[in-house]
Amino acid sequence: MAMSQTNLASVQSAPSVAAAEPDVAVSARQISKTYGEVEALRSLSLEFPRGQLTSLLGPSGCGKTTLLKIVAGLLEPDSGEILVNGKAVTGPGPDRAFVFQDFALLPWASVIRNVAFGLELRGVAKSEREDVARKYIGNVGLAGFENAYPHELSGGMRQRVGLARALSVDADVLLMDEPFSAVDEQTRRKFQEDLLSLVQNENKTFIFVTHSIEEAVYVSDQIAILLPRPSRVLEVIRPSGFRDSGAVNIRRDPEYLDIVDKIWASLRSYVE
Amino acid sequence: MISRSLVLKLLSAVLVFGAWEIAGRVPVSYAFPTFLESMTALVAMTLDGTLFAAYAETLQPLVIGVLISAFLGIGIGVWIGLSTKFEWLFSPIFIVMQAAPLAALIPLLVMAYGIGLTSKVFVVCIMAMPVIVLNTAGAVRNTPASIKEMARSFLAKDSDVILKIIIPAASPVIFSGLRLGVSAGFIGAILSELKITPTGVGDIITYSRSIADYPSMYAAIFSIILLAVLFLNVLEKLEHIFFGGNHRGYVSD
Amino acid sequence: MRMFGYRLPGMSSLIVWGLLWELVGRLGVTFFLPPLSEVFVTLFEVIGTPAFLKALGETAYAFILGVFFAIVIGVPTGILMGKNRLVDELLLPWVNIFLSAPLTALVPVLMVLFGFGMQSIIITTTLFAIWIIILNARAGVMQINRSLVEMARCFGASPFEAFTKIYFWAALPEILGGVRIGVIRAVKGVIIGQLLISIVGFGALFELYSANFLMAHFWAVLIVLFALAFTISELLAYLERRVSYYAAKR
Repeated sequence: MAMSQTNLASVQSAPSVAAAEPDVAVSARQISKTYGEVEALRSLSLEFPRGQLTSLLGPSGCGKTTLLKIVAGLLEPDSGEILVNGKAVTGPGPDRAFVFQDFALLPWASVIRNVAFGLELRGVAKSEREDVARKYIGNVGLAGFENAYPHELSGGMRQRVGLARALSVDADVLLMDEPFSAVDEQTRRKFQEDLLSLVQNENKTFIFVTHSIEEAVYVSDQIAILLPRPSRVLEVIRPSGFRDSGAVNIRRDPEYLDIVDKIWASLRSYVE
Repeated sequence: MISRSLVLKLLSAVLVFGAWEIAGRVPVSYAFPTFLESMTALVAMTLDGTLFAAYAETLQPLVIGVLISAFLGIGIGVWIGLSTKFEWLFSPIFIVMQAAPLAALIPLLVMAYGIGLTSKVFVVCIMAMPVIVLNTAGAVRNTPASIKEMARSFLAKDSDVILKIIIPAASPVIFSGLRLGVSAGFIGAILSELKITPTGVGDIITYSRSIADYPSMYAAIFSIILLAVLFLNVLEKLEHIFFGGNHRGYVSD
Repeated sequence: MRMFGYRLPGMSSLIVWGLLWELVGRLGVTFFLPPLSEVFVTLFEVIGTPAFLKALGETAYAFILGVFFAIVIGVPTGILMGKNRLVDELLLPWVNIFLSAPLTALVPVLMVLFGFGMQSIIITTTLFAIWIIILNARAGVMQINRSLVEMARCFGASPFEAFTKIYFWAALPEILGGVRIGVIRAVKGVIIGQLLISIVGFGALFELYSANFLMAHFWAVLIVLFALAFTISELLAYLERRVSYYAAKR
C-alpha cells in the first residue's frame, strides 16, 4: 500500500499549519469492494482530519463515489471498516449527512419540507424542524423560497436546498458527492467560495468527491488522489500556503498553480 | 380576444358535426340520422328523464367495478413492485391479461354468475384491473434510486421509504393507471350491457335499434361517449392539478 | 427472482399457475374449470377441426385487414399532424376523444350501417387500433431533432426526400411503438366485434360452446387466443427494441 504524505507548504507558513497532528474524525481501514467482476476498491486506507475538508480526486472509475457511499453506510464494504469518531460504521447514522450529485430532492415537496426531511425522519416535531430548516434556508441564501417546489428552482438553487438539508441535521461529517458537477460554471465558482467559508465557520468534517483538479485544490485542506485499476491512493497532498490568502486570491497563488500542475502530471497518463 | 386554439377547436367541431348533418341529409344510409335529429332525440330523452334512469343503471357496475379494481389493483401493484418473489409469481398473469382479449371471457362469466350485476361488475374488473396493477407496479419499481438512497442516508425506516418516498413518487403514474383503468372500465360496462343483458344505456341502444328509432340510438351512443370523454378529461385535469410539478421534478439539468 | 442460485425465467411462474389450475380442476371445485390437462387434450382435438380453422381464418382476415387500414391511414395522418399545425389543431381533439372513448358503444352503429358481417368487424378493429397509431406517429415527428431537418435542407433535400429520408426514419421508433399498442388494441377490437356480432369467427364458436356447456372446448379456444395475442405483442415488442437502439442515442 503506497501512501506518501507530501507537504508542499511553503517555507514561511509551514510551522503554524503542519505542527499539530490533526485529530482524525473519519478513518477508512483496508476497505475492499468488488461489484461482480469489477474491483472498485482494493484494501484502501485513508484518514480524514476533523474540521477539515478532504477531497477524493481521481479519474472516473477510480471508486471515489463508492468509497463515499461506504463511509455513508449506503454500501457495505466486502472487507475493512470505517470508523467515525472511533466507532465502526454499520449503516447510515446521525453523525453523517450526504449531499447528492443529482440533488435527490423530493419533487412533490416544497423547499422547506425538503430541507426539514432529515429531521422529519428523525421524528422532530413539525414546528421545531421548520424553524431549523428556515434558519439553514437563510444560511444558504434561499430565504423567500421556502414554499417553492424543486422544479421552480435552478440547478444551483436545488443544490443549495440539498446542502441546507444536509446541514440541518447537524451531523459531524458532511459527505458531498460531486455536489457542483450538475451546476453551471459561474454558480460552481460561487459555491466553491461559499464552501470555503462553510468549512471555516461550521466545525464539521467534509469529505468531498470531485473530478475537477482545480476545484479540489481550491477547496481542500487535504487532497487524496485515487487511481483506478486497481483502486488505490496515489498520494495525499496537503496544500497549506494559500489557505489564508482569501477566497479571491487563491487562484493566483503560485502554490495553487504548482499543485494543480503536479496533480495533472501524475493523473494524465490514467486518462484515456 | 378568443385564443386561436379555442377557435380551431370550435371550427373543428362545426366541421365534423356539419359533415354529420350533411351525410344525414343526403342520406348516406337509411340508418344514418342527421346531427340535429339526434340532438333533438337527446334533448327529448334528457327532458323526460329516460336518460337519467338509464345512467343510474349503467353507472352501477362501472362504479363498483372500478372501485374494486382500484383497491385490489393498487394493493397488488405496490406489492409486486416491492417484492421480486411476488413479481415473479403474479406479474405474468397481469401481463398476459393486458395483452389478451379478455372480452372473450364474457360468455363464461355469464354462465358462472348469471346475467345480473355480478357478471357486469366482473367484466368491468377484468378490463380495468391489469392496467392499474401494471402501472402501479412499474411506478413503484422505478422510484428513482437516488431519492431512496437519500432517505436511507437520512435514516429512514423501511416504512418511511415506502410511505414518504415510494408512494408519493409513484402516485402520478398510479393515478394515470387509474385513469386508463376507468377508460377500460367504460368499455367493459357498455360491452356487458350490449352483450349480457340490455339495461341502462345499452337498453336504449338495443331497443331503439330494434324499432328503427335511429335518432334515439345515436343520441344514446353520443351521450355515453360524451360522458366518458368528459369524465376522463376531468380526471386528467385533476392529475395536472395534483401532480403538475412531478413531471419535471426528476430532471437534474 | 432467483431460486437455489438459478435465475428463474420471467414467465416461469405460469407453470405454477398451470399446476394450480390442474389441481383445482381435478378436485372438481367448479364445473366451469375442467383440469388443464383435459383442456389441452381438447385443444389438440379442436385445433384441426373445420369449425376452428374457419373461425381462426375469419378472425385473422378481419384482424389483418383492420390493422392494415389502421396503419395505412394512421401513420400518414399522424405524420401530417406532426408537420402541420393547422391540421394538428383541427384533428387532435378528435383523436384524443376517440383514443379514450368507449368504442364498444359505436359497434351497434357499425352494425346498422354496414350489416352483421365481416365489414363491421374490420371497421371495429381499425377503430380500436388507429388512434394510438396516429398519436404516436405525430409525437414521433414532433420530437425530431430540428438540426436533423435543417441539415437535410442545407444539403438540398426536396420536401419529398425530407419526408422519406428524414421524417419517417427519425419517427420510426415512436411509429412502431404506436403500431405495437395499436395491434394489441386491435386484437381486443376484433374479439369484441365478434362477440357483439356473434355470427362469425370466434364469436360464433363461443356461442356454440357456451350453449352446449363445452367447458374444455371453451377454455381451449381461450388459451389459443390468449397465446396468439401474447405472442403477437411480444414479437412487436422485440421488433421495437431492435429499432429503438438508435432512438436512445438521439
